[in-house]
Amino acid sequence: MLAYTIRRLLILIPVLLGMTIITFSIVHLIPGNPAQVILGETATEEAIQNLEENLGLNEPKVVQYGIYMADLLQGDLGTSLKTKASISEEILPKLAATAELTIFAMIFAIVIGVNAGIISAWKQNSWFDFFAMVFALIGVSMPIFWLALMEQWLFAQELGWLPSSGRESSRDPIDPITHFYVLDSILHMDFERLFVSLKHLVLPSIALGTIPMAIIARMTRSSMLEVMKSDYIRTVRAKGSGQFLLIYKHALRNATIPVLTVIGLQTGVLLGGAILTETIFSWPGIGRYVYDAITYRDYPVIQSGILVIAFIFVLINLIVDLLYAYVDPRIKY
Amino acid sequence: MSTEEKKQQSEEIDSNPVQFHEDPEEIQAISPWRDAFRQLRKSPLAITGTVIILFFLILGIIAPFITGYGYDEQFLKDRLTPPNSDYWLGTDDVGRDIFTRIAYGARISLAVGFFAIVGALIFGTFLGIVSGYFGKWIDMLISRIFDILLAFPSILLAIAVVAILGPSLQNALIAIAIINIPIFGRLVRSKVISLREEEYILAAKAQGLKNGRIIFNHILPNSLAPIIVQATLGFGTAILEAAALGFLGLGAQPPNPEWGKMLADSRDFIQLAPWTLIFPGISIMLVVLGFNLIGDGLRDALDPKMKN
Repeated sequence: MLAYTIRRLLILIPVLLGMTIITFSIVHLIPGNPAQVILGETATEEAIQNLEENLGLNEPKVVQYGIYMADLLQGDLGTSLKTKASISEEILPKLAATAELTIFAMIFAIVIGVNAGIISAWKQNSWFDFFAMVFALIGVSMPIFWLALMEQWLFAQELGWLPSSGRESSRDPIDPITHFYVLDSILHMDFERLFVSLKHLVLPSIALGTIPMAIIARMTRSSMLEVMKSDYIRTVRAKGSGQFLLIYKHALRNATIPVLTVIGLQTGVLLGGAILTETIFSWPGIGRYVYDAITYRDYPVIQSGILVIAFIFVLINLIVDLLYAYVDPRIKY
Repeated sequence: MSTEEKKQQSEEIDSNPVQFHEDPEEIQAISPWRDAFRQLRKSPLAITGTVIILFFLILGIIAPFITGYGYDEQFLKDRLTPPNSDYWLGTDDVGRDIFTRIAYGARISLAVGFFAIVGALIFGTFLGIVSGYFGKWIDMLISRIFDILLAFPSILLAIAVVAILGPSLQNALIAIAIINIPIFGRLVRSKVISLREEEYILAAKAQGLKNGRIIFNHILPNSLAPIIVQATLGFGTAILEAAALGFLGLGAQPPNPEWGKMLADSRDFIQLAPWTLIFPGISIMLVVLGFNLIGDGLRDALDPKMKN
């Protein structure tokens, strides 16, 4: 296990380096003069020169990459062209916002997905199984931005049950401690704000969690069906164990391994989906941060935002791989 | 076997259909591809998927003949009209017929899905074969590049590519092709590595066949099944990705009737005219669903081990 962990960490080094080369190249591969493209056609010669100097575009490429890497290693993600603020400082509360949304989306996906998968396998070929699997197929095929818009229309605008955008009531903002607003409201012992934060989380979490939910449901079902056929389950049955205990105590434990992998991988995929969901629900997370940066052609933010998301994605994949090796000792690496 | 014997046997088969499969000659006569096709025809889900895709394909082809409007023709006095006999699916905020735009949009979505995936398939297969067949440093290099590309969530990498090239439909297509290359590459590489050690490949090598011939005549045909399944499922994902880029304003530009862009343009009218959002969204979902159904069916037919 230790050898595997070390090997897995070593493989990570070229991947991380490659990632920085890609994000570094975003500015440098722009056809024509990058500074001109960033500032637009009406920019003055002086403004272009200033920006070139600011971004260090006049230096040779290798030197520029060296500076970029040195800054990155010191935790400096650059300066936003729009707000002139340090990206490293700006990005932290946004990361917390995205993490909070991702966690709730995943809770929704796991609770509904795993249970739907279990019941589908338990009552194989029943009406429930049929509808759950059709629903899962539709869920996998659903454009999440469309689902998000439909939710907004139905539950926020037509029925008025839930807020349509943002994280909190704009008239009554939360005093942030961790920037996880649910946690912050609990720390403040402010249950009114906690309720408001939770209400804001419902629609974006469902939109973001629908695809993982569908995938988890399909995976759990097939994994459970496989396990239910095995000899030890027959033995448990012969012992006269009740159906509920059989499924939740004996079968689920062995069916979890592939499901765990899917859950881990989907958590990473959610980070990509966050760009769309956050844009629609005006959720002030990292996805929306990158989207706004694209609109303003704020290239340093685009670079750093993409790098940070990819870094977390790689980290989650690493944890999943290690967990997989830990949970299933039959697998030798 | 004489004619009489054959006749007698066919009568026996008619009276007892189970015996049909007991004739070894009959079983040998079916190639794996024909067998897969037979299975596919029996799968109601795969048939549903095919019908959906054919519907949108035909809709795209005959678009100019079934609608009297142009996709960018504006009828300002009929802005945001609900569905009626003149405008089957209503009109948008500048009075364009939504049905016409969806029909023309089918051309864009299907074409983007097709070209992006075919592009990714060609480059991915090439790189996968080179990497898997030749191994050593070249495998090391290509595999690391795949690792790096797969380290980004796919939509994010597509955004990075479009941020470099500038927003347009063509660049969105290139971006989608690029993010799909490592997926095909890895698939083909692993298949080639497992085939490389097969005895018939060793025999071909011993016969002195050139690498190119071994790859094209022996390795490629045997790697086709997983590639076909991945490509079919990939069409759906590519269409979703193109719609997402269009929605973010990074894909098709106005007045192109790309479905994702249509959704973005209608966002502000959601309460006033929900039909402007409902129909393009359903179209994206149906096409993606269609490809997923065919892909699932193909996987079950071509790889019985993966059933469930």
